[in-house]
Amino acid sequence: MSQEIWNYLFIGLSFALYIGIAIKSRAASTKEYYTAGGGVSPLANGMATAADWMSAATFISMAGSLAVSGYDGSRFLMGWTGGFVLLTVLMVPFLRKFGKATVPDFVGDRYYSKAARFVAVVCAIFICLTYIMGQMRGVGIVFSQLFELSIAQGVWIGGGIVFFYAGLGGMKGITYTQVAQYCVMAFAYTIPAVFIALVLTGNVIPQLGFIGSYQPDGGQVSLLEKLNQINTELGFREYTSGKMSQLDLFCVTAALMCGTAGLPHVIVRFFTVKDVRAVRTSACWTLSFIAVIYLTAPAIGAFSRVNLVESLNDRAYTEAPEWLARFEKTGQMVFDDKNGDGVIQYRADPESNELSFGSDIMIMANPYMGETPKWVIALLMAGCIAAALSTAAGLLLVLSTSISHDLMKKIVKPGLTDREEIRYARLASLGALLVAVYFGINPPSEFIAQTVAFAFGLAASSFFPTLLMGIFSRRMNKQGGIAGMLAGIGFTLGYIIYFQFLGGERSDYLLGISPAGIGVIGMLINFGTAFLVCRLTPAPPEEITELIDRVRSPRTNDLTGPQGH
Amino acid sequence: MKEDLEKHRDGKGNCQAEADQAYWQASLRVVCGLLGAWFLVSLGAGILFRDWLDASFPRVGAAPFGFWMAQQGAIIGFIMILLVYKIWMSRLDEKFAGEEEGE
Repeated sequence: MSQEIWNYLFIGLSFALYIGIAIKSRAASTKEYYTAGGGVSPLANGMATAADWMSAATFISMAGSLAVSGYDGSRFLMGWTGGFVLLTVLMVPFLRKFGKATVPDFVGDRYYSKAARFVAVVCAIFICLTYIMGQMRGVGIVFSQLFELSIAQGVWIGGGIVFFYAGLGGMKGITYTQVAQYCVMAFAYTIPAVFIALVLTGNVIPQLGFIGSYQPDGGQVSLLEKLNQINTELGFREYTSGKMSQLDLFCVTAALMCGTAGLPHVIVRFFTVKDVRAVRTSACWTLSFIAVIYLTAPAIGAFSRVNLVESLNDRAYTEAPEWLARFEKTGQMVFDDKNGDGVIQYRADPESNELSFGSDIMIMANPYMGETPKWVIALLMAGCIAAALSTAAGLLLVLSTSISHDLMKKIVKPGLTDREEIRYARLASLGALLVAVYFGINPPSEFIAQTVAFAFGLAASSFFPTLLMGIFSRRMNKQGGIAGMLAGIGFTLGYIIYFQFLGGERSDYLLGISPAGIGVIGMLINFGTAFLVCRLTPAPPEEITELIDRVRSPRTNDLTGPQGH
Repeated sequence: MKEDLEKHRDGKGNCQAEADQAYWQASLRVVCGLLGAWFLVSLGAGILFRDWLDASFPRVGAAPFGFWMAQQGAIIGFIMILLVYKIWMSRLDEKFAGEEEGE
């Protein structure tokens, strides 16, 4: 069987599975549409959250950026897992007790004002949109590879599928399909790694192979030493040392962590389980499921780096492995014979380097380079699509909820019926998707993980501090909350737009912090502004302080549901 | 909800408020402790003290300690932190739920 047939078989089967599940668990009410009726088991919720969480950025982009930047790639590894600790200990147990369906809902009630709710809706829209842009790019890369199209055409096809798919089942449908998607993703990510680990390190477990020895040279040197040698020979920095400054690395990692804890679509996930206890259990499961993939990622990054250099560098173009042609055809790997000797020279120096490729393609090239069986490649394709689809669907849902529920129903047209509300939600997701498709074709940064990192910076500078103060400070009032959000997200968004779109120079970075890490400064600005404004304006009304006390009480389970005591 | 808030204030309100306060203080201690650990394993070990750890700690397999913490160790640490949190908070919940059995 040819590679194409395998691909269609695996992708077709996985789609049939998702759609089957989605149809079987269609949402009947708005409550089910938004939070699956609140009755999902912690284990299932953990898996679904993991699938929702691991987007195209994780699945497609992360291993590639590790391969290219080595130690610097740790920012994604630590940032996207460490955020879960913040999320679990600081946010979700309390928000769950509050019992609101969306994050702007919480902000609107806690800061007792429509203005606060409105600002929160705007923040949520910016965050989710930026995030979806990254996903659409990922979908585009996969489909272009699959059908041998340009990336732009791939993005359009992917956008159509995501729209159809997200409107189908609401949160209940999404939760159960995401469980299936997690399983597909976990196998798709680890199985190719196992095959390659066996060849390169002689260890079946890729996570251990990563810190083991390198077999093809006789097992004398370790894999990491081999990588350092390769990188030094070609003029790159050592794999185990990075080129980002310590401060920048710190800021980007911290921004990703705090952003995780302020991401509306992840917070909402924890509203689908039944009580606070289940929230904690569910968070443990989620992180464990995520770790399966995140612990494999550094191994895949390292393997693909070795394989890429060993199979292409200093080799005659005519003798290059046949998969190179496959990636050249879609424009994702380019060989430019600068010195005309017909040999591929991959070098750090842009003057003499003859092989260029986007780091996002590494994960898909990896099984080809490792010469794994065809079905493994097909499985990986199915996994890539699952990753991008599950996240894009979850995000579209949150985005459309923000618009239909928080904006239309709570602010613009209070008398909206359930049916109309869902219709607005679908309209909103169509609009959002079109914007995302545009930026998927014209991406705001060089690779997916970077685009997604901007979304985290925005979340870190807006929701993270505002939610935190809403829970932990009884004195924080609406003026402080609103001013903080505006200052934080305004500064961060401005910084990102200036340096990514308006041609700001790298040398002008504030303290050398790149746009991906500026969210941390935005967060400090948010905190500072909020406290300052709060000191100068009256304390919040008594109902609000009492509400906060009740959220902190061990007896409260859900302020909106039937009372637990 | 308003009625409920009033119920909360009358009669046993005071002693409940004290218990709530104690519970909140105890959970704050848990949160602070775990956040300390969180900072140490990730931003601390993986970035700030990385060079020192690379030089003075034993390697993990073939990987220098700080590098390994940044790439794999921190993630394992996070899972342990969440497990401890879950167990610790369940105990707190039980302890404080037990004290008001007479309700």
